[in-house]
Amino acid sequence: MRRLTQIAQIWLVLATLFLFMGAGDDSARFRSLGHQVMCVCGCNYVLLECNHVGCPNSDRMRSELAAAVDSGESDALVFQGFVEKYGPVVLLAPPKTGFGRVAWVTPYVALIIGVCAVLFIVFVWNKRPRAPLASAGSEGTGPDLGDYRDQVRRDTGI
Amino acid sequence: MAELGSLALLIALVLCAYSFVVGVVALLNNGEAADRLSETARRAGIVAFAAVFLASLILVVSAFQDNFSIEYIREHSNRALPIPYKFATLWSGQEGSLLFWALLLSSYGLVLRLRHKTDTRLFAYASVAIAAVQVFFLLLIVFPASPFSLTSGPIPEDGNGLNPLLQYPEMVIHPPMLYLGYVGFTVPFAFALGALIMRYPGEKWIHITRRWTMVTWAFLTCGIFLGSHWAYSVLGWGGYWGWDPVENASLMPWLTGTAFLHSVMMQEKRGMLKVWNMWLVFITFWLAILGTFLTRSGIISSVHAFAQSAIGDWFKWFLLISLAVFIVFFFLNKSHLRSEHKLESMISRESSFLFNNLLLVLVCFTVLWGTWFPLISEYVQGHKVTIGGPFYNNVAIPVTLLLLLLTAVGPLLAWRKTSVDSLKRNFLWPACGALVVGVLMIALGVRPWNDVAYLYALMTAMLAALVMLTVASEFVRGARVIARHTSQSLLSGMHQLWHRNTRRYGGYIVHFGVAIVVIGILGTPFNRDIEKELGYGDKMSIGSYELTCRSFTQEENPNYGSEWAIIDVSRNGKAITTLYPERRFYKASQQPQTLPQIYPTWKQDLLLVRDLYLVYAGQNPETGRPIIKAHLNPLVPWIWIGWLIMVLGTISCLIPNAVPVRVTAPARVEPATVGAGD
Repeated sequence: MRRLTQIAQIWLVLATLFLFMGAGDDSARFRSLGHQVMCVCGCNYVLLECNHVGCPNSDRMRSELAAAVDSGESDALVFQGFVEKYGPVVLLAPPKTGFGRVAWVTPYVALIIGVCAVLFIVFVWNKRPRAPLASAGSEGTGPDLGDYRDQVRRDTGI
Repeated sequence: MAELGSLALLIALVLCAYSFVVGVVALLNNGEAADRLSETARRAGIVAFAAVFLASLILVVSAFQDNFSIEYIREHSNRALPIPYKFATLWSGQEGSLLFWALLLSSYGLVLRLRHKTDTRLFAYASVAIAAVQVFFLLLIVFPASPFSLTSGPIPEDGNGLNPLLQYPEMVIHPPMLYLGYVGFTVPFAFALGALIMRYPGEKWIHITRRWTMVTWAFLTCGIFLGSHWAYSVLGWGGYWGWDPVENASLMPWLTGTAFLHSVMMQEKRGMLKVWNMWLVFITFWLAILGTFLTRSGIISSVHAFAQSAIGDWFKWFLLISLAVFIVFFFLNKSHLRSEHKLESMISRESSFLFNNLLLVLVCFTVLWGTWFPLISEYVQGHKVTIGGPFYNNVAIPVTLLLLLLTAVGPLLAWRKTSVDSLKRNFLWPACGALVVGVLMIALGVRPWNDVAYLYALMTAMLAALVMLTVASEFVRGARVIARHTSQSLLSGMHQLWHRNTRRYGGYIVHFGVAIVVIGILGTPFNRDIEKELGYGDKMSIGSYELTCRSFTQEENPNYGSEWAIIDVSRNGKAITTLYPERRFYKASQQPQTLPQIYPTWKQDLLLVRDLYLVYAGQNPETGRPIIKAHLNPLVPWIWIGWLIMVLGTISCLIPNAVPVRVTAPARVEPATVGAGD
């Protein structure tokens, strides 16, 4: 039990060290934030990927981002500052609040509806009596004709 | 020349209108007279191809002759433009690319009309539907977007030149491939509409449609991957997919087309999903047109979009009319589309196709939603928002993982019902292999508990391995049976197995290619980059590579001026190559272009290939020294390898099956049935 406690303590110390090692890395944070903001020159590139010659915005925006990171502002404050200056279009993805939430939630709502639709279709299929065998001119579809139909297809190349 | 071109287009329009109107009249009547009318409609469609071809030829010849009296040539070409790019002038602008659309559509129409004897009635319906679409595109290029408009005022000495981003070898191939894909989806749609209207008996129409869809799908796949490769090689940001609206426009029909290629098997084999397939074919066609609308109308800002123009309204109306026509005929004839069988078990091939379709359509919906959401936001909130990678990845990554799982599991499931024993038997070894891959990745330093991106990468690698192993096991198992019965080698057995059912085993090759592509994509979280100003002899390091600036210089030629650096690359102290990242400034168009240098390091690192990607990011105006950005992108070459495998797999699906070989075996041994069904 004592040994287990010792191991847990060592893990805790290591984990804390690990956390603090990353905390002071401004350049990593700059890169992370810079990849969540768009250049507003109209090039449609992420800020840190905009490489236009003489781009009127990207250099200034990078300096602003670097200054905000240096001053220790939180991510939310940095983004808020950019939105106030350049408008909501500057963020690479809509916020997860207000109407922006609709953008994020809709695909999952669609997924749920889709799964329900599939289950409903399966239910309807299983309830429905089997359709009568094909009328004149159509192919046979009975379960025991399937193999013959496949064989005919292969042999005739249809 | 311009007058001749305009006349050719006008003749083509009249011919297509004739083909449509007379074709409809002929289909509404029966008898010998109607047949003769139908034949004239078909022939009009064939001659329309010649007229559109002539118009396209005139435009290309005008580009070669530097005929700047034509406004389109003045805007998109110049005297110093290299010869291969003079061809590209045809599709580099709004009007020319619409003419190119019309040309490709006429070509598809020509092939279809020449093959009419396969099923005269069905082909007559399809020909009429294609003629209607042809009329729309010809109307566009005859009236609002004529490529033969004359330059107003004095004719200039030189033109504006081709967009520099298009002056790249792949750009001579990428747009035609993409357009062949977009335009090609008109053909399956035309057959589907024809089959719906005539209440086509049997499933032969769907077999014809499937082959056309496969060809079109292959073109679109090539177009998308060539576009990605172009973006990677030219745009200079180190990536290959940016979720740009125009990229999305090409992805949407690809996704629904992929869904159709799977669900169509349920209709062929089990007579199920008839309504769904009909809608999938229509939606795929509709999305292809919608994509064209997105790029032409200017309603959505994009790196690729053409200038804003009035033709957006024409597209809007065409989209609405085509939707209305389809809905009317669907409701008139939907009783004909009743499913013939029911789903017997949730563990069956049928259910795997159902869920595969659901997921593919969900991704398509997400892409559509994300592409349009900025407009919806503007309408609701009064301002636009940006929908970028984080939004799409939020849905696309988990769904892709599920799709990979289905890709691995689906092909091994039997039609109707699969027993648990069979599942265990088929999946034991592939699942063990996937687990080994996961353990190996963790041993190599991937820590899924540190970052969700690493977790996704680990899961992707395991699932991709599962797909590859299940495909391999299918080949090996089938080949063993053949080899045992025919005394051939395992390799010959595999070849024979594929040749007996090219569609099934070609499909597996495509799945294998998809797994390879996905492995290439999973390298993204491990990308690294560094940017530094380099003077003579200055060095910078990225990964195990050391980059030394040997020199930097400038160059002038009639088409462009360029700045470039000479960078020596060494690894562990050993020189391995020299790279020349460059930036050009095109004189005619007054636009810059980056030419990154990519060194795929497969020669040293056979399994974990990576690209060393150098960009000439600019020049420090104070020091005059170049700023070089270096990226180290793991596994990217796998994407292009996987794409080639996908294309090969698709081509192999189109090769006709060999006649099943009868096994000359001792008494009581039945003929081999391996590969007998999809």
